[in-house]
Amino acid sequence: MSGNPIISFENITKRFGKTTAVDNVSLTINEGEFFSLLGPSGCGKTTLLRMLAGFEMPTEGRILIDGQDVSLTPPNHRPVNMVFQSYAVFPHMTVLDNVAYGLKMDGVAAAERRDRAEEALKLVQLAGYGPRKPDQLSGGQRQRVALARALVKKPRVLLLDEPLSALDAKLRDQMRSELTSLQQKVGITFIMVTHDQDEALAMATRCAVMNRGLLQQVATPSDLYEFPNSRFVADFIGSVNMFEGTLDVDEPDHAIINTAEAGPVYLDHGVTGGTGTTVWAAVRPEKIEMHKRTETPPKVDDAPEGYNVIAGVVKHMVYLGSETNYEVEIAGGKLIKVVRPNLTRWDQEDFELGEQVWVSFHACSPAVLLS
Amino acid sequence: MTEAVARSRKLPPAPLEYLRRWPIQLSVGAVLVFLYAPLITLMIFSFNDSKANVVWRGFTLKYYVRALHNDSLIQAFSNSMVIAFFSTVLSLILGAMAAIVLWRFRFPGKTVFDGALAIPIVVPEICMGVGMLVFFAKVLPWPQEMPWPLNLGNIIIAHVSFSFPFVAVVVRARLASFNREMEEAAKDLGASEFRALMDVVIPHIQPSLIAGALLAFTLSLDDFVITFFTAGPDTITFPVKVYSMVRFSVTPEVNAASTILIVVTVLLTFLALKFQGSQALTAGHGADDK
Amino acid sequence: MEQSWRQAKSIFVTLISAPLFWLVAFFIVPMGIVWLYSFGENKGLIDIAFTGTWSNYAHAFDPLYLGIFAKSVLVAVVTTFFCLVLGFPVAMAITFAPDKAKSWLLLLIMLPFWTNLLVRTYALIAVLRTNGYVNGTYQFIWERTSGLMTLLGMQPLGDFHPAALLYNNFAVVFGLVFVNLPFMVLPLYSTLDRMDRSLLEASLDLGAGHIRTVWNVMVPLAGPGIMSGILITFIPSLGAYLTPDLLGGPDSQMIANVIESQFKRANNWPFGAALSFILVYMTFIGVALQGVIESRNKRRQA
Repeated sequence: MSGNPIISFENITKRFGKTTAVDNVSLTINEGEFFSLLGPSGCGKTTLLRMLAGFEMPTEGRILIDGQDVSLTPPNHRPVNMVFQSYAVFPHMTVLDNVAYGLKMDGVAAAERRDRAEEALKLVQLAGYGPRKPDQLSGGQRQRVALARALVKKPRVLLLDEPLSALDAKLRDQMRSELTSLQQKVGITFIMVTHDQDEALAMATRCAVMNRGLLQQVATPSDLYEFPNSRFVADFIGSVNMFEGTLDVDEPDHAIINTAEAGPVYLDHGVTGGTGTTVWAAVRPEKIEMHKRTETPPKVDDAPEGYNVIAGVVKHMVYLGSETNYEVEIAGGKLIKVVRPNLTRWDQEDFELGEQVWVSFHACSPAVLLS
Repeated sequence: MTEAVARSRKLPPAPLEYLRRWPIQLSVGAVLVFLYAPLITLMIFSFNDSKANVVWRGFTLKYYVRALHNDSLIQAFSNSMVIAFFSTVLSLILGAMAAIVLWRFRFPGKTVFDGALAIPIVVPEICMGVGMLVFFAKVLPWPQEMPWPLNLGNIIIAHVSFSFPFVAVVVRARLASFNREMEEAAKDLGASEFRALMDVVIPHIQPSLIAGALLAFTLSLDDFVITFFTAGPDTITFPVKVYSMVRFSVTPEVNAASTILIVVTVLLTFLALKFQGSQALTAGHGADDK
Repeated sequence: MEQSWRQAKSIFVTLISAPLFWLVAFFIVPMGIVWLYSFGENKGLIDIAFTGTWSNYAHAFDPLYLGIFAKSVLVAVVTTFFCLVLGFPVAMAITFAPDKAKSWLLLLIMLPFWTNLLVRTYALIAVLRTNGYVNGTYQFIWERTSGLMTLLGMQPLGDFHPAALLYNNFAVVFGLVFVNLPFMVLPLYSTLDRMDRSLLEASLDLGAGHIRTVWNVMVPLAGPGIMSGILITFIPSLGAYLTPDLLGGPDSQMIANVIESQFKRANNWPFGAALSFILVYMTFIGVALQGVIESRNKRRQA
């Protein structure tokens, strides 16, 4: 994946009457990436995609494809093709005619159209389906037709609008891996819009998280998960335990946050933020360990006694086979989420409902959030 | 043994299977008898060998022969057919254009245009008839000496005026179920506005175009009041001719002419529906428009 | 989503020009002229002068014409009522019929609509007249019953008097119902078909019988469809010309007949124009009423 920028959003704002759907978003997408626009419904991700495709015009800002300003170019003149959420396969044409439609618009000769369309169908594993009509196909098959139809034109970028939302669970998993391998095979930049963070994390090489028209964070999936830049992103991606506190000590090699709920929290690195500021310590459930309740709390890394440890009572347990999810109630009533892998075949019996425990986390586990 | 008996017994009607309950069956039956008995008896008695046509006296085809030899009747019939044909073609084009414009665009005066288009549908025929009479008397006198079929022009114009809004309604209903993403997909693949319209929108509304054509044809063929006010003495249509025959008397010849008209209309309807499938009837009603 | 006309100017102009021209030239203009005439007066034998007078409208309020208006409204109301009462069970039957029967039944009900109005009305003459089919059957039953009674030793029935079924108001209503019934069924069917069946099933589940379910749940929910059906039946019945003309008696004149006589016989075009426009205004009021009721319902549902 080269660092060659292919798409550039420069200060893009889109307003519909009084509502601002996209608020001053600047974003660069590189060639060959599988990029995902992620966020809750109404966050502006679909609007951004449609502006890239040409179905909306930005109120402010520019969109560049390969360095060219395409902000006002109509959709049929952009080197971009889209797979729509409803697939939009033309019901009155055969599968082959559907796939060849874009080539027909380009003026490609009939014989060459047929050959290239057949090739595209082979690419999406629908070889031989050419003469069929869309109403004879399943939802998943229609999606492949839409894919083939878009890819046959060899666009610079392929846009996908919620590609997996209409599929059932099994098909979804299948299409997930198929789409990623397809993208690698074809080498085209894919941009996908989704509200499902599992999908985004699994498929994309980089994600942009949006909320209420604003760009929150652009990062690789692991960076988004382990190093979120805000409470919103930490909460939106996966689950998290959030503790509010004051930054008391900030040294280059360690820091201490005093939280009301979790007591003092020791970090093994410095934090960029003035002492005395309000910050949040976010700890993922799988990074929390559970211990039987003893007189003295267990010691954690280099942290002083009693740091990064909270006393609690097991309130809920959900056994999921490979792991067990616990909810531990601490002083003040807050429920801490803990995920514990079942390393041995008896691990799920280690703790019972109502049992008193210590929960602890390493000094490197919390992500410190300033907003 | 008991199993076989149980299997052959019919299940009682399910709660919402109203058609299987006798009160509904009775009322539907009664309504069908009410609607069809007069027409069927009219058709049967067209074969009756009796001038007074009160009691059945014997089977004969002579009134059909007489009807088919009645020059003015034949002329009137062909007039009606020609008028209906041209009216349908024009109404279809105008109605489809109006429907697409209203569905697709925002423009100043849209509500006025929409409302104006609805008026010919709602207003009683006699008001339109009066309007046409006045128009062709004072504004656009239609020369009588024009060759056939041009001399039917004023009637054709009148028919189109009240037919095309109906076509527009039918087409608009179908357009409402159009998935906008289809058009966007076509444009995304390189189609211009015009091509997208032709390749994707028009095929979608095709059933409604057929239904609209059928509607326009029937409205034209059927029309009496507006034609009565617009037609001159030399341009008689079939309903107007039958009207003058009826005013004189109830003879089997009128029955014969009427039966021919019924058969033609029914045949056309069946043809169009066969061509379209039963989609045309339930199109726009069902929730299964993909 | 709609787009502004500016975004595809050439297509917009191409599409709207023809319908707009036709609508204006061949509908708005003629109706406009008639409207102007309603304020005019006859000048000489052929000319009409536009004098801005209200006398034509005032003339319409003569007791003679008011009576005809009132009678027309009454006839239209009665017709609509019968169409509703007869049409609703039919619409129900079609909605809940199995799919195959559905299209056939719909076709059967709509087929008369596709046959010529004139033919249908004319057919009724043969049915309703003094020696028509109804009276013939009636006479047959009367005479046979009389014979049977004589046989049983009872007093025979008196002389047979045919029922006066034609050339009166009864015939006009009968004819209008006959002609307009399919018009009522279609919007009713349309609404019932779209209705959420589970609401009816819920009503039955909670213990209501069929009649109460229909009355308390189906009919209110079908409200908009009923309103459309009423409008589609009332307006044409109000402005009917052919049916009262062929089937009515001398005192069965409706507005349309009066208008026709003003234009074709009395040569009083201004008065005829005023009467026509009164009919148009009544139509507009009806449509507006329906619109108001519909929007109030929608607001209540929201």
